Amino acid sequence: MLLGKIVGTAVATIKTPELTGVKLLVVQPLDENQKPVGTLKVAADTTQAGVGDIVFMVRAREAALSLPDEKFVPVDLAAIGIVDTINIDQSIKGFELSPGYSKFN
Amino acid sequence: MVIAKVIGTIVSTIKHPAYHGYKLQVVQPLHLTGQPPDETFLALDNADAGVGDTVLVMREGSGARQVTQIKDAPIISMIVGILDSIEITES
Repeated sequence: MLLGKIVGTAVATIKTPELTGVKLLVVQPLDENQKPVGTLKVAADTTQAGVGDIVFMVRAREAALSLPDEKFVPVDLAAIGIVDTINIDQSIKGFELSPGYSKFN
Repeated sequence: MVIAKVIGTIVSTIKHPAYHGYKLQVVQPLHLTGQPPDETFLALDNADAGVGDTVLVMREGSGARQVTQIKDAPIISMIVGILDSIEITES
């Protein structure tokens, strides 16, 4: 799952019939510090999120599972929750592994 | 599965019902010295992990559905264990 910020909505008239009724959001994926990562993406909306909201999204087959009725919708990204707060502990270090034995607390 | 460290938590009120009752954690995958680090991602917590813990994260949907026992749960990443130690003999 990943974070993103909704920056707009997308409208398509000619589309796969299964996409009818699916709200399309334009999102900018974010990292844990809310910095943009990668290009803009389009996500299906399941939580009535709006422009400016920070959401968390699910990719792949599971995106289609999040839609209310039809389970075989051709989507690969869906916004499934609106983020209230993100609490990151910036003091955590030690993301490197070296050969040998490592013990964690 | 991925070896990662929990670096934070996400608070969300409006979310898919399958996520109710679980903590949503931000995890940073660990990497070998000299290799580039992977991007952080979000994972649902099924092991009661806390910030700072080194955890085992499964990144596969049907495994997550098996853990939550919800047939249509839109979950991919799930923390399934807290690691005590790792031994790497060769790299």
